[in-house]
Amino acid sequence: MQYEAVIGIECHVELKTKSKMFCACPNRFGGEPNAQVCPVCLALPGALPVANEEAILQVIRAGLAFGAEIPAFSKFDRKNYFYPDMPKDYQISQYDMPLAQGGIVRYWLEDGTTKECRLTRIHLEEDTGKSTHAGSGDGRIAHSRYSLLDFNRAGVPLMECVSEPDIRSAEEAVGFLEALKRTFVQLGVSDVKMEEGSLRCDANVSIRPVGSKDFGTKAEIKNMNSFRSVYRAIESEIARQIAVVAPGGRVMQETRGWDELAGTTHSMRSKEEAHDYRYFPDPDLVPIEVDRTVVARLRSLMADLPIARFERYRESYGLGVAQATQLVDTPQLAEYFDSCVGAGGGGQQAANFVLGDLSRLANETQTPVWESSVAPQDLAELIGLVESKTINSKIAKDLLLRMWNGGGSPKALVEHEGLAQTSDPGAVERFVDEVVAAHPKVVADYKAGKTNVMGFLVGQVMKQSRGKANPALAGELLAQKLG
Amino acid sequence: MSETMELSAAEIARRVNAGDISAREVTDAALAQIDAVDGRLGAYLTRLHDLARVSAGRVDARIKAGEHLPLAGVPVAVKDNMCLAGTRTTCGSKMLEGWVAPYTATAVARLLDAGAIPVGKANMDEFAMGSSCENSALGKTRNPYDLGRVPGGSSGGSAAAVAAYEAAIGMGSDTGGSIREPAAFCNLVGFKPTYGRVSRYGLIAFASSLDQIGPLARSVEDAALAYDVMAGKDPMDSTSVDRPVEPAATALRSDLRGVRVGIVKEFGTQRLGPEIDSLYRRAYLDLERLGATLVDVELPTAEYGLATYYLIAPAECSSNLARFDGVRYGLRVDGEDVGQMYERTRAEGFGPEVKRRILIGTYALSSGYYDAYYVKAQKARTKFGADFKRAFERCDLIASPAASSPAFAFHAKSDPYSMYMMDYYTIPMSLAGLPALSVPCGYVLPEGSSRPMPMGLQLAAPLFGEVQLLAAANAYECATQHARQQRPEGAL
Repeated sequence: MQYEAVIGIECHVELKTKSKMFCACPNRFGGEPNAQVCPVCLALPGALPVANEEAILQVIRAGLAFGAEIPAFSKFDRKNYFYPDMPKDYQISQYDMPLAQGGIVRYWLEDGTTKECRLTRIHLEEDTGKSTHAGSGDGRIAHSRYSLLDFNRAGVPLMECVSEPDIRSAEEAVGFLEALKRTFVQLGVSDVKMEEGSLRCDANVSIRPVGSKDFGTKAEIKNMNSFRSVYRAIESEIARQIAVVAPGGRVMQETRGWDELAGTTHSMRSKEEAHDYRYFPDPDLVPIEVDRTVVARLRSLMADLPIARFERYRESYGLGVAQATQLVDTPQLAEYFDSCVGAGGGGQQAANFVLGDLSRLANETQTPVWESSVAPQDLAELIGLVESKTINSKIAKDLLLRMWNGGGSPKALVEHEGLAQTSDPGAVERFVDEVVAAHPKVVADYKAGKTNVMGFLVGQVMKQSRGKANPALAGELLAQKLG
Repeated sequence: MSETMELSAAEIARRVNAGDISAREVTDAALAQIDAVDGRLGAYLTRLHDLARVSAGRVDARIKAGEHLPLAGVPVAVKDNMCLAGTRTTCGSKMLEGWVAPYTATAVARLLDAGAIPVGKANMDEFAMGSSCENSALGKTRNPYDLGRVPGGSSGGSAAAVAAYEAAIGMGSDTGGSIREPAAFCNLVGFKPTYGRVSRYGLIAFASSLDQIGPLARSVEDAALAYDVMAGKDPMDSTSVDRPVEPAATALRSDLRGVRVGIVKEFGTQRLGPEIDSLYRRAYLDLERLGATLVDVELPTAEYGLATYYLIAPAECSSNLARFDGVRYGLRVDGEDVGQMYERTRAEGFGPEVKRRILIGTYALSSGYYDAYYVKAQKARTKFGADFKRAFERCDLIASPAASSPAFAFHAKSDPYSMYMMDYYTIPMSLAGLPALSVPCGYVLPEGSSRPMPMGLQLAAPLFGEVQLLAAANAYECATQHARQQRPEGAL
């Protein structure tokens, strides 16, 4: 029997706000342990939370980006469970009235096909501190001799995005996560770095016979800390479940951890051991009334989303998947590209320059393209010069380097230094004659049938003309002369 | 006892501001009184001699520099569930026996900034759970009117301190009656403002949606003075209300003309026995004599007050008290692993009443019971608000007993339910968030005792009706002068 996977993703994204979710402590990654703490985020007796408006607005923007509904009313709830790095022994989260409901994430795969995954909700909560368990061998709390606690991260705003089970493969799961990442980076709400823990995700995986509409029993996969491990973990879990189900076995509902080294998932806890979180509305926080005019304003300020950009690049400029993805992945680069195209630089040419020569210069000089002295309008001008055959591509490369080093407008450079390509047959013919006269042996070889020396001769014409001769014309004239 | 300690807070502030007496002299008198009587009384868990003298020095300097401070030099007893930087803040619990607060509660800070002198941290029922102070794990507080009786609770230490002239103002917190009941037991005015009027920042939470800080004082005027200083929006407490605070101390009245006072049908006093019944009938007649019109009002939800309260308050406390886990501060009892450490710490750190409420609350919030208990209780709570709203269409204030009996003897209420019943009259107002106070209304002779024990009249007003409430209480107090008819001999 053929099986298909049914996958839903839950991911936690640390928001990039100035201060923590419920206190004025700075929201910064790392730092000396327990240096970014106060009575509120340490949950000292008597301290009270006050919600961070910036974080609430960021979640609303994230919701709007995916077309989610932003309810007029939302609230915070307490999720109660004991853990040493959770100072209050409850987490302030959102249970039944999240800030954003529904929405659709559109994403693409490596072959360029686009997919959709519905979102269930996006809600706001707070992060825990960090535990370092010592003496247990495997870094886990069981059997550890002692634990070190760092509360710098406690209270950092955390946005949780929950998807519907619309994903059908590991590749789609990664495509979905990449779409979230791109969107959040573009919105500026998070750094979305899995290695720093600013993006963490769990996957709910089940399988069913192809064609079936029912859902199988799911396992929740945790501990995946890169897109690659998400891919591998899901592949491995699908294979495991098929191996259980195919001979007639049953998948247990449980939480499984991904083991990067072993390349497999292992059982962490079963459904029976699941917590009863005793959610209830947090009486320390007043309900959130979301101002409709604020939502309307945020919606109107929403820029082009990555998927829209991707499709535009593909459809309007015919860019390949790789080039379109590369541009979209760096919003500033995409904006640079858009400005260049807007100023008249042809799409494919602009992409070639931006991702080719300019990106290489950027790497070499450690200066982002969008901060370089090559304004997108200047690049468009350069492309115009190439397309009108005013200069050839060799000159264009040289010019670009000079522009990068502060040379200014390419048109001015071309005019000032007389670099325009010449297609005047009389002028080019002079160069051709000179070259023919200077290389009698090569000419003889050509006449004897070694036509592959033509490239050399054209090159000599270009050299003689200091790059200005139209190479196609030079080739034609040479062929006539030697024919 | 120095005569200074018999002065009202208002008079102390007037004299200190006028330069007739220094804050330092008042403070020394208060500390002397504490040293003289508190060994017998046990109002304070921590005496703050050094801090008090330093604070007094600062106040004197400010007065000298020309400042006018509304509570200049007024000695204040701070309930030990309010943080005061650098002082031990125990909540009456072994859990926090050695914990020194690194920050100061907003309400305390406002009082101190207005010139008040913190002379001690007052005893209380553990985590404010109780009505007699007997649930304190750290000390026994006696009623200054009869040392064989309880001072009430949970703000019993603050009440005893003010009644025994060990402070002029007591800071209390009231969740279901914890200011009003001890005020009634100790012949004081005890005032719980509207929920949200006074910041809870730095008040160690029992039940967040009900907790409210307020003053205990020997007169309505003093209570009003303290309230005026502590009330107002605090950016550190999102449940504090952003609404202008009209000063109450300057709006006190001497009559009740035009005031309609509601008497709640369901709060009938016959069941409290003939002596208490006639005491309250007399009190209501006194209100009428002052110009008030008495009207009968109904509170059909009244009998569900205790049940509602004892679901919501424990539910919130089960979560609020989770943080006392031995990890970061307070008591830690080590175990084989972190789970056992939690269990041992909480088993040793919390007393039986606290554990009972954590269990009730955990149960009420559990999956499968949440709708039947917590959600239903919230619905009932909404109903309380609606019922009061309807009642206040027919009256301006509601009058009732503050407690079901006078102060009782130690160990007299051994089963929890009879203790809970003490708050029968105060809980409905707490559920509705209303401002309410207790004002002395006479004495009764408890069975087998020759010492008359004070009783309190509860007056409640619509939300944010503090000024009208205090004005009316002042009229009643001035006309009756009940508090002056007995002295707290036990502590003098």
